[in-house]
Amino acid sequence: MIRDITIGQYYPVNSIIHRLDPRVKLVGTLVFIISLFVSVRILPYLIATIFLVAVLRISKIPLKYIVKGLKSIIFLLMISVLFNLFLTEGEVIVRFFFLKITKEGLRLASFMAIRLIYLIVGSSLMTFTTTPNELTDGLEKGLSPLKAIKVPIHEISMMMSIALRFIPILIEETDKIMKAQMARGADFESGNFLKKAKSLIPLLVPLFISAFRRATDLAMAMEARCYHGGAGRTKMKPLVYKKNDMIAYGILFFYFLTMFLTKLI
Amino acid sequence: MGIIKTTKLVFDYIRQDEESNEVEIKRAVDQVDLDIEEGSFIAILGHNGSGKSTLAKHMNAILLPTEGGVWVCGEDTKDETKLWDIRQNAGMVFQNPDNQIIGNIVEEDVGFGPENIGVETSEIWRRVSSSLEAVGMTAYRMHSPNKLSGGQKQRVAIAGIMAMKPRCIIMDEPTAMLDPNGRKEVIKTIHELNKTENITIILITHYMEEVIDADKIFVMDNGKVVMEGTPKEIFSRTHELKELRLDVPQVTELAYELKQAGFDLSDGILTIGELVEELCQLR
Amino acid sequence: MSITIRDLSFTYSKDSVFAITALNHINLEIPDGQFIGLIGHTGSGKSTLIQHLNGLLRGTSGEILFHNKNIYDKDFNMKNLRSKVGLVFQYPEHQLFEADVFTDVCFGPKNLGLSAEQIKQRAKAALDLVGIDESYYQQSPFSLSGGQKRRVAIAGVLAMEPEVLVLDEPTAGLDPRGRDEILAEISRLHQKKHMTIILVSHSMEDIAKYVERIIVMNKGEKVYDDTPKEVFKNYQELEKMGLAAPQMSYIVRALREKGFPIDSNVTTVSEAKTEIIKVLGNGGKP
Repeated sequence: MIRDITIGQYYPVNSIIHRLDPRVKLVGTLVFIISLFVSVRILPYLIATIFLVAVLRISKIPLKYIVKGLKSIIFLLMISVLFNLFLTEGEVIVRFFFLKITKEGLRLASFMAIRLIYLIVGSSLMTFTTTPNELTDGLEKGLSPLKAIKVPIHEISMMMSIALRFIPILIEETDKIMKAQMARGADFESGNFLKKAKSLIPLLVPLFISAFRRATDLAMAMEARCYHGGAGRTKMKPLVYKKNDMIAYGILFFYFLTMFLTKLI
Repeated sequence: MGIIKTTKLVFDYIRQDEESNEVEIKRAVDQVDLDIEEGSFIAILGHNGSGKSTLAKHMNAILLPTEGGVWVCGEDTKDETKLWDIRQNAGMVFQNPDNQIIGNIVEEDVGFGPENIGVETSEIWRRVSSSLEAVGMTAYRMHSPNKLSGGQKQRVAIAGIMAMKPRCIIMDEPTAMLDPNGRKEVIKTIHELNKTENITIILITHYMEEVIDADKIFVMDNGKVVMEGTPKEIFSRTHELKELRLDVPQVTELAYELKQAGFDLSDGILTIGELVEELCQLR
Repeated sequence: MSITIRDLSFTYSKDSVFAITALNHINLEIPDGQFIGLIGHTGSGKSTLIQHLNGLLRGTSGEILFHNKNIYDKDFNMKNLRSKVGLVFQYPEHQLFEADVFTDVCFGPKNLGLSAEQIKQRAKAALDLVGIDESYYQQSPFSLSGGQKRRVAIAGVLAMEPEVLVLDEPTAGLDPRGRDEILAEISRLHQKKHMTIILVSHSMEDIAKYVERIIVMNKGEKVYDDTPKEVFKNYQELEKMGLAAPQMSYIVRALREKGFPIDSNVTTVSEAKTEIIKVLGNGGKP
């Protein structure tokens, strides 16, 4: 049952964004995030908003999924807003008791809030439209120039891919071990912090042993299938840029340029 | 020379203590001579600890002999330069279905082997399609392995080996973790592969019902080959098999018991049909 | 009556789109000291059912009575239930974690809050029951063979001194001799300690040899509940459910089809031998 959890938030729908090369989406997310820090004025944020809304519409992701992702940062958002609202020096607008709200505070708080929200929505968009596999492939191909300076890109990518494959399996195993120990009277819920930490030993030790056993088996199976590192490997699904990808890069370049130019206005 | 040949093969497990001194030597394989004919369906039986899995791991050079030699498709497994050729020719399917699947979806896992040996992209796709077809898993090619049954996972593992175009496949207890239906699926698949693709199959198991249709059976105990012969020959030695901690199908056991009770039955009755016919003749 | 299950249902992920009904209105009475076999194809609900017996899963509707007390009552001691209904999962050796065999078996009694002396006594008694002798007590559980590890794991549950012992495929992955040994031990427990035993298994031959009563599950429902002989008569229906009867049943059917007058109630090798000798008399012996 637990194995049915899908990693990440991939929302399967057929949109242009979904079909883009993962490298484009990785670069796009990076560009978007950087662009949010270009300056603290209304014009760039207006442009960012248009860009974001447009991409959202094209991606066909339902709004309620986007909003759900924001729920997790509501706390952080509130703290950031409150801090900026009440602790910024400047021209006072409102005052009750010892709390004061300044014009600068209001301005800063609003920009902070928008920046945070856009950050989350922007990066969620990437995980909504790209499978974990595509992401690791994209990272592997995109970062491959780093191989020239001996960064083990292929190995890191293989590790990420295998981790993705085994996370659901290990989650299920954790559940099984927990149940087996509970059947022997183990209690994972009650007690203070120290007691709870100690009670995890009957869970973690078997889990680690199992994980190591799987790793050993898997290594043997990979070698039996002639795996010997990244050298000489071909790809079943090689990443090749298509026309849409080049257009997307173009739009990203144009967007970034525009954001930068607003600094000059 | 057969497709797999071993000569006076010996393998010792050496346990060492913290100072790397030899603490214990266990001889897992003891002077084994094998010569396996290409295209045949061979079974290697034995209880847990008899050395059968250790023997199997020599056939694709996961283990190298302590003494003696192993040749796969004419190549000596000790020859490092031939390692990947040997492993491509002698594929191996393991016991734990989950711990040999690497891909996040079925077709990607089947493509893993060809990717490793540098097969060109369009050829990889051809091989993936035909391998999945050969094991009957085409409908599941876009599935996550997590959603498959044990028997289906093993069939995917077999497809993954087939995609490398091996000349023989060694199956190390492939059904030990499956339910009876899964076991049937897998055994049926490997018999088909043996017949239609002429791939040599070496099945390591302790389930007697799986080897009734083998061409030749080797029985191992304590690292040695103690019995070898056709299924009929081996199964007729029911008493010895029991001594070796193995079991026989109920049909064979019943025939044996009746024969011990004095009835005139042939040796090595393997199927219900044979038993029924002979019993009816006795009336 | 040890356990009474009344109208028990269980649905996974009840409030989501992915809700799956694993148990559908199960009714069952389990008397003290019975040896029961529980069979069903993968996904039939048998694993889900046994996890309800010791409260690991809680039914979405219906009730379970242990010695006539409803286990879903607010003041019912669930921890106590877990010691009275022992559950041995598949591949139980995966739960071993302590540095030595003896300490691992002590884990169960320790969780029950017993005195140090009582804990030691229970661990020793449990290890005796499974045939692991003192020379293994100080060894790391991971240095044992597969069959030995499994017996240590089972001892870990026996040390809780359960009245009811539920075993999920205790012979999974063992070779024939290992299978025989574990089943013989379970049978001994049943006889010596009068434990109620529920054996979940895929091996019809094993089930036919040991149990007094078989419960067959299919798609979350109980479809058969009777003695082995009665249940295996329905081999055609069993086959449709992805199960089978013991090979002996098929041999008997084939013989009867050829006019061989053998009693159709035969399900084990020894029964078949006796019956066939009866039929053939002295004929056929040279």
